[in-house]
Amino acid sequence: MNDTTIDAAVHVGLRGVTRVFGTDPKTRVEALGPIDLDLRKGEFFAVVGPSGCGKSTLFDIVAGLSPATEGRAVFEGHELNGRAVPEGIGVVFQEDASFAWLNVADNVAFGLRRAGLGEAEITRRVDDTLTFMGLRDFAAAYPSQLSGGMRQRVCIARTLVQRPRLILLDEPFGALDQQTRLIMGEELLKLWRETGATVLLITHALDEAAMLADRVGVMSARPGRIIDVVETPWGKDRDSRVVSDPRFGEITAHLWTRLRDESMAALSHKAA
Amino acid sequence: MSSARNNLFVILSMFGVWQITYWAIGDLALRPPLDTIRNAWSLIGSEGFMAHLNETLQAFTFALAIAVTVGVALGFCLGMNRLAGEVGEPLLVSFYSLPKITLYPIVLLIFGIGMPSKVAFGAIHGIMPITIFTLGALRNLPPILGRTSKVLRLTRWQSVWTILFPAARPEIFTGLRLGFSLTLIGTLLGEMFASQRGIGFLLMQAIGLHDTDRIMALTFLIVGFAITASLMLLAINRHLRHGAA
Amino acid sequence: MKPATALRLGLITLIVLILEILSRSGAISRFVAPPPSEIVVDLGRLLLSGRVQPAIGQTLGKITIACALAIAVGTLVGVVVQHFRAVADTLSPFFTAYYAVPIYAFYPMMIAIFGIGEAPQIVIGFMLAVVAVVVNTISALDRIPRVFRKTAAVYGMSTLEAARRIYLPHAGPYLATGVKLAVSYSFIGVIGAEFIMSRIGIGHEIVFAYNNFENQVMYPLILFVLLAAGTVNWVFYAWEKRLLSRRSRS
Repeated sequence: MNDTTIDAAVHVGLRGVTRVFGTDPKTRVEALGPIDLDLRKGEFFAVVGPSGCGKSTLFDIVAGLSPATEGRAVFEGHELNGRAVPEGIGVVFQEDASFAWLNVADNVAFGLRRAGLGEAEITRRVDDTLTFMGLRDFAAAYPSQLSGGMRQRVCIARTLVQRPRLILLDEPFGALDQQTRLIMGEELLKLWRETGATVLLITHALDEAAMLADRVGVMSARPGRIIDVVETPWGKDRDSRVVSDPRFGEITAHLWTRLRDESMAALSHKAA
Repeated sequence: MSSARNNLFVILSMFGVWQITYWAIGDLALRPPLDTIRNAWSLIGSEGFMAHLNETLQAFTFALAIAVTVGVALGFCLGMNRLAGEVGEPLLVSFYSLPKITLYPIVLLIFGIGMPSKVAFGAIHGIMPITIFTLGALRNLPPILGRTSKVLRLTRWQSVWTILFPAARPEIFTGLRLGFSLTLIGTLLGEMFASQRGIGFLLMQAIGLHDTDRIMALTFLIVGFAITASLMLLAINRHLRHGAA
Repeated sequence: MKPATALRLGLITLIVLILEILSRSGAISRFVAPPPSEIVVDLGRLLLSGRVQPAIGQTLGKITIACALAIAVGTLVGVVVQHFRAVADTLSPFFTAYYAVPIYAFYPMMIAIFGIGEAPQIVIGFMLAVVAVVVNTISALDRIPRVFRKTAAVYGMSTLEAARRIYLPHAGPYLATGVKLAVSYSFIGVIGAEFIMSRIGIGHEIVFAYNNFENQVMYPLILFVLLAAGTVNWVFYAWEKRLLSRRSRS
């Protein structure tokens, strides 16, 4: 893994990526890494880790939102330098990023209008995406009239309508209740199957990662490194019913074993 | 303390801007900072000034006491009752934004020239912001506090006194800071138009005589007082917020 | 009509009615204040006579200029100050103290700088209003969530484009609050300045009437100012409420 060449079949490749905040030796914080990671084209990869381990920092680097301090990050052969988000990457945040001043349809059309597509093409693609996300009946509604889960759906639709080849989600269901999370998780699986996109999901919920992902990367306490990668045995057609599979319990148990010490380290780190 | 250093820096830059403006405009309508401080100092020492200052402070204290008491009480009345709040708030907001100076002839006709007029003028300037902030503070309180006081079986008064007021205190205090400033300007305006005594009267007299030395010295003293008080109140406010957090 | 609105109107009517009765019965002497109904009639007569129209036009013109200047300059200064967090934090106590400054004391200075015309009154109105706009712009910009800045980066927007497409629409309702305050402070500033020293304008007319014991002119003019300021404020208040109503998030 330590050689710096990256295979063409690899969608996102990270080599020795670190992130350090500050330059003063006394106050500088090593937030991340070094991390080596390959995301295969079309796979669903989840990252779990204790709070404050640098999950979001990793996310920002892969999204092209902030640069790595050392190492290389590559998406489809383009260097991710933190200066611009490359075409083909779609991003969904944990916070509600829906635009309160636009209705649902205009929210979803936002990126397409900017790109200067024709109105007919925009209408067609927005309609398709709204239908796909179950938002058709709410096209004219404003975000303030919707529940948290529906608003997050609007944000996902706004990302999806641009047809990204890599979808990054940073705790997208973090603010939702458990039942809504499960439903949204199933929708995410369906979306992944039908678009064929590569998905990188950052989450703190072990069961969510175990249920949704092909592979789960476990991160250590700060500075976050990938200490384990666990493959799940579910097929592509999985849904939330895998939680009753005995292997599901084994996987989450395994994840928790790897995470327990790291979480305790993170907790006492916070208290200090 | 870095905030003290920042404040000092801002104050020094204000003196700098003042001096530069003086160089730019000249002697016609402005005096340089050092001259003004000297003038202010000799004004404070001059005969009769203390009596005027005393008068103003008295009027201001009365006005502030009225503004705070009435403002907070009114804010609580409107904040505790949803309908009362809905009825009252637009009225308050529009009264707050009226040019209250137009009301001075009426105030004068009712209270006559002297202390009561100044106090009334100061109070009507200060009440509204305090009420509006108190109302807002109560409305922004998490509903869980009301439910908690029910669970604790508190009476309405106990709930106000032991839970709602302490919880809303930091934001109410922000209203008090603004109310302080506005009561001060109200009192001074009252003195400018409706009095033969006080700092505001001295200022109006100086404006009438085009006595730039005196205008600058008085304005300097008033601004100095307002800034000092505002900084102190802000320090208390920060302390309250930390206590409440 | 909503019950609150009806109650509010009822309350106002009741107060006016009480004043009318007190005044008619002599409990409030005619020397202090005429009954409200007479004030209204006098206002109608005054407006029909055409005597005060130039003053009204002058005053409203000055207010408009002061307000527009305050909004333009205040927004610009607010954007710059907010950009430097430390500066904004340091200045905030001074903004509060600013309201205690008797701006009118600078009037003689304004005359020396800008001459005797209308400019000094406009500057006074501007000086009162501009700080409110600055303070509001800062707090409006402070409310832009971090996730919007990230979203703008995801779309690869320049700061200017992000401001136009995301930040401004988001901050709109909060900026409206600043506009509303600018309107009322320029009213207060301009009319106050006219009160102190001016040969023209509504403020001057009121003082003139007061000095000549002309209650039948003074009260209608005061009523006019209150109605004009009240109406304008109410329009902006309603506008702000409407913008904000889309924002409440459950």
